[in-house]
Amino acid sequence: MIDKIVPDMNAAMAGVVSGSTILVGGFGSVGQPNALIEALIERDVRDLTIVANNSGGGVVGLAHLMQRGCVRRLICSFPRSSNSTVFEELYRAGKIELEIVPQGTMAERMRAAGAGVGAFYTPTSYGTKLAEGKETREIGGRMHVLEYALHGDVALVEAWRADRWGNLVFNKSGRNFNPVMAMAARTTIVQTQHVVELGALDPEAIVTPGIFVDRVLHVPYGDPVG
Amino acid sequence: MIETKPWSRDAMAARLAHDVPEGWYVNLGIGIPTMVADHVPVEREVIFHSENGVLGMGPAPPPGAVDPWLINAGKKHVTLRAGGSYCHHADSFGMIRGGHLDLCVLGAFEVAENGDIANWATSENDTAPAVGGAMDLAAGAKRLWVIMEHTTKDGRPKLVERCGYPLTALAAVTRIYTNFAVLDVTAGGFAVIEMVPGMTREALQERTAARLAFA
Repeated sequence: MIDKIVPDMNAAMAGVVSGSTILVGGFGSVGQPNALIEALIERDVRDLTIVANNSGGGVVGLAHLMQRGCVRRLICSFPRSSNSTVFEELYRAGKIELEIVPQGTMAERMRAAGAGVGAFYTPTSYGTKLAEGKETREIGGRMHVLEYALHGDVALVEAWRADRWGNLVFNKSGRNFNPVMAMAARTTIVQTQHVVELGALDPEAIVTPGIFVDRVLHVPYGDPVG
Repeated sequence: MIETKPWSRDAMAARLAHDVPEGWYVNLGIGIPTMVADHVPVEREVIFHSENGVLGMGPAPPPGAVDPWLINAGKKHVTLRAGGSYCHHADSFGMIRGGHLDLCVLGAFEVAENGDIANWATSENDTAPAVGGAMDLAAGAKRLWVIMEHTTKDGRPKLVERCGYPLTALAAVTRIYTNFAVLDVTAGGFAVIEMVPGMTREALQERTAARLAFA
C-alpha cells in the first residue's frame, strides 16, 4: 500500500541537508508552507539556495530563515514588501546573494525543470538588465532570451487537501507557485490542511497528481495571517 | 480663458476605463492602474486577471467578508466573480506571455517615444531591485497602456526621447494616459489624441521631453 502521509516533521524533513536548493511555495503570505520552513530552522540546515517569489515579511517563515543565517542565496522576483526588513538588512550588508528573475520566467523555468525541458526562449526581459549576458535569438521576427530550467533538490509545498497517494488540491490564490514547484524538485514535501481518504478527491479536479509528491504532513494551522 | 486643471488619479482611471470594451481580458498593475477596475461598470463584462492565478477578479470584499485565501498581485484581499477561476503561476504567466491578455495597464517612471518603458528600478536607491511580473506583462500582453502623472513631483517630464532608468521592455507601450493628456505611441513618436480642458499644445510640449504630434 502506498502511503505518502508521514507521521511527524522528522519523517517529513528526513534527508534535507545543508547546501540544498529549496523551492518554497507561496505568494505573499498565502500558500506558504511556514511549518516546513520553521523545520528547516530547527534542523539547522544552512548554506541554502532558496527559490521563492517573495523574501518574506516580519520575522516569520522565510524572513525567519534568513534572519537565522541559513540562506546563502535567494532567487526571486520581488524581494520587497512593506515589512521585508530582514532581507533588506542582509542584502545591504552583503550577507545574502540575490538573483532577480521575472516572475513568469521563474515559474516557467521550474515548469521546464519538471517537464524535462532543458531551456526555453522567451521574449520576456529582452533588451533589459536582466537579460545581460544571456543568449538571444530571433524567432518569428521577435527577439527572445534563453532561460534554463530551474531544478530544486527539495520543494516545500502547501496544499489544502491531500490523500495518501499525494494527490493535491489547493485553496484559491494559495495555489500560486506550489504545483510547478512540486514538479521541479527531486523531493517534494507537502504540508496540508486536510487529509482525505483515497478516492475522495474528484479526479477531474486534482491539481497536482501524486506522481509529483513524495511526502505529505498534516498541518491544520488555519488561515494565513497578513 | 479656461483654467487648466489636471485630471485627478481617479479621473485618469475613469478616462482609461472608458476605452476598455466588453469582452477584454485585462491585467491591472499596482497603483493607479488598480483604480481602473472601479470605473468599469459590472454589466460591461471585462475580465480582470491577477498574475498570482486569479481570472475573473472582482472588487475588494466588504468588511467582515474577507477571504484570507484570496488576494491579488498587490497582496490585497479581493473577490472572485461568478465564472472566475484559479490557476497556478506557470499557467497564469502562460496567459500573459502567450498573448492571451487583450490589455495590460502599468504605471511607469518613464516612457520613451518609441514605446520603451522603464517601471521597475531606479538606480538612485540602495534597496534590492524587485521586478515581479512587470517584464512578463510588458512583453506579453496584446496591448500595453501606461497610466501615470505627466511629470515627476519636481516637474521633470516622464515622456522622453530615450529612457534613462533601467528598461522593463522595448517598444511595448502603445498608449499613455496622463493627468494632462492621452497620447498614442506611433511610428512618428507621441501623438496627442486628447488634452485636459484649457491645456494648450505649447504648454503640453513644455512638460514633455520628446516632440509631440497633434492630430
